[in-house]
Amino acid sequence: MSETVLPVENDIFSEATETRTRRMTLNMGPQHPSTHGVLRVLLELEGETIQNAIPDIGFLHTGIEKQCEALNWQQVVTLTDRVDYLSNLNNNLAYCLSVEKLLQMEIPARAQYFRVMLCELSRISSHLVWLGTHALDIGAMSMFMYCFREREDLLKIFEYFSGQRLMTSYIRIGGLALDAPRGWERIVKKFLETFPSRVEQYEDLLNNNPIWTGRTKGIGPLEVSRMINLGITGPLIRACGLPHDLRKMEPYSGYDKFDFKVCTSTDNDVWGRYQVRMGEFRESLKIIQQAMDGMPGGPVQADAPKVVLPDREKMKTQMEALIYHFKIVTEGFAVPEGEAYVGIESPRGELGYFVVSDGSAKPLRVHMRTPSFGNIQALPELMEGRMIADSIAIMGSLDFVLGDCDR
Amino acid sequence: MDSLFAHPLFMPLVLTAIIILLFPLVAGYIVLVERKVLADMQVRLGPMRVGPYGLLQPIADALKLLIKEDIIPTNSDKVIFWGAPVLSCFCAFSGFTVIPFNSWIHIADVNVGLLVISATSAVGILGIILGGWASNSHYSLLGALRSAAQLVSYEVALSLSLVCGVMAAGTLQMPLIVKAQEQQHIWFAFENYGLMWIAFMIYLIAATAEINRTPFDLPEAESELVAGFHTEYSGFRWALYMLAEYGNIFVVASVGVVLFWGGWLRPFPNVSWLELPMNYGVPIALFGGSAWGSIRLVARLKDRIQQIVLMAVIAGMAFVALLFAWPAFNHASVSVFWFLFKVSMWVYLMVWFRGTFPRFRYDQLMNVGWKVLIPGGMLCVLANAIVGMARQ
Repeated sequence: MSETVLPVENDIFSEATETRTRRMTLNMGPQHPSTHGVLRVLLELEGETIQNAIPDIGFLHTGIEKQCEALNWQQVVTLTDRVDYLSNLNNNLAYCLSVEKLLQMEIPARAQYFRVMLCELSRISSHLVWLGTHALDIGAMSMFMYCFREREDLLKIFEYFSGQRLMTSYIRIGGLALDAPRGWERIVKKFLETFPSRVEQYEDLLNNNPIWTGRTKGIGPLEVSRMINLGITGPLIRACGLPHDLRKMEPYSGYDKFDFKVCTSTDNDVWGRYQVRMGEFRESLKIIQQAMDGMPGGPVQADAPKVVLPDREKMKTQMEALIYHFKIVTEGFAVPEGEAYVGIESPRGELGYFVVSDGSAKPLRVHMRTPSFGNIQALPELMEGRMIADSIAIMGSLDFVLGDCDR
Repeated sequence: MDSLFAHPLFMPLVLTAIIILLFPLVAGYIVLVERKVLADMQVRLGPMRVGPYGLLQPIADALKLLIKEDIIPTNSDKVIFWGAPVLSCFCAFSGFTVIPFNSWIHIADVNVGLLVISATSAVGILGIILGGWASNSHYSLLGALRSAAQLVSYEVALSLSLVCGVMAAGTLQMPLIVKAQEQQHIWFAFENYGLMWIAFMIYLIAATAEINRTPFDLPEAESELVAGFHTEYSGFRWALYMLAEYGNIFVVASVGVVLFWGGWLRPFPNVSWLELPMNYGVPIALFGGSAWGSIRLVARLKDRIQQIVLMAVIAGMAFVALLFAWPAFNHASVSVFWFLFKVSMWVYLMVWFRGTFPRFRYDQLMNVGWKVLIPGGMLCVLANAIVGMARQ
């Protein structure tokens, strides 16, 4: 056993020049007001400067992906609501589109228009939560209340359509759950009339506020190439000037019929992301207006008797309808063997559902490519060398939903 | 009996007792006002359950805080953890000693009154630093550090703006500062051809930073540090911190009012024909109008007891309005009314800030302090000195 002899230095200068910095480890989250759910970020701090940030996910793991394998194809829609609970209609749509791709099903135009309209409303609702909480994190507490006031109108619209405020499950395989209730134009129109002035109010409060610009401009930049490598999508990558938007690049559900522009910014920082999302408020409004104006008539469900529940009246008179109804309700419908992936542009980025069928009435596998999961990966690089206050602004600008990330 | 009233200690002791007994209640109601005003700005109602329209909420809150479990974290430094909020509260209350509510209502008429306040408010920060340190928690420590840095940078700017006011008044004695404004027939905020307005703005910003209010509430930034220096505090000790915070708001507002807004003087002290409409009109309109406006609220209440409570409040306001219509009472107390009115304007301003502004970042806060406020304050002192000398 040899004893390690430490060199003893009596030199007074060496002691003075030796940099003795002890880093403090701050365990931010999972219960922290600004980690938006249950993200845990381990911060290594020197003073207030972050030397290293390690995001730790999984606190909201619900096993939704596995649970999907236990339900039949149509029932899974209700689970997709609970993945990204702030933009559930987008999740419904992504899942339904991928299953419909397997089924090779044609969706009637009216259903497609409603899908687009509701997804855009849901995008506004999701961005409103983002803006409110992001501003609250930076300290502008009134914004939170203003945004939730508008979101309340949107939730009422969703309730009007589907009977549910949050977990709507309104978009189904084969179309929509129901046709829109009478008077839907009035309630959507009212929102379209009030909302533009509200967006202006938000910008009045924030855009020219030196504290807000000071807290957002130049915070958390990352090169485009690195962002692409990390798999970051959505407003984050559009804020770097890359017009990456699946609604334009791979139009789904008839987005190619709508006239809108992809909002981009060249700022590549928290401010840029804010600008992009504020622009998307306006673009979404444009799309909703167009959908309302050009709303076609006709059915909202595909003509696929093996998949879509038959009309109640037909059930009473036609033998086949009754049989299909019994089959669909008792065992669901079979989806041809194969696999399909459809990605859509959710408010947070590319949201894709990869579904595998073995030809039975239940999915063999449902995998979700969720934007939050990819976007959180950028956290360490964005936060390094920043201050604690910036880390909050950066986390807010990423706009992640932990339910979306952990599944 | 006469000798008792005439005793030099009578007035200070009575006032001290009144302030110590009454201020916790006043602070509670400032909190209620803050919550209600913020709620109004944020399109919601605020507290509505306890008492009519939430009027008894502060009392319920105080009771809750008193009977809450007393938690001292195991790893904390117990003595300091216990003492820090007391120190904070003590310093906040010490500031009250030299505040002149009118020309003769004050606890002590110290010839360096302004210095006393600046000293106590500086020591008061020590309570925050010690509390954050003793908690032995990371968030608390960061809050305490921020608080220390903030104190150092803003105390200087604050003092510089005070110097401007002192130069204009020629004294540090609080009542004499107001009397100087009375003689010069002007509020000091408008003195020196508007140059003092800059000093006033610097005071407003630095004072907001000094008492850790939005947008300078970094030591307790709830979205970053959970609750900052008082993360580990709960129950009555936490209430002491809150009491100190609202005490500080009151003191800082009083100093601002005394130094820049003419203390107990009515607005436009130089326009004599305004005396009647100002001294009688404003208080009567304020209290009478509030009472009149509240009458229709009674019918909306469903509970009988709540109706009675609200009616008592309305009667009280109407009674105060009537009192102000009585010349003898008006003459004796309108100066106190003006002082408290201006202080409440200041408190409203602080709440307004909180409803509007985002929060600064730590280094931006330092930048504003060192690069804007301190040089600005120095220039302001210089300019005011030159102009003041030239005017004599």
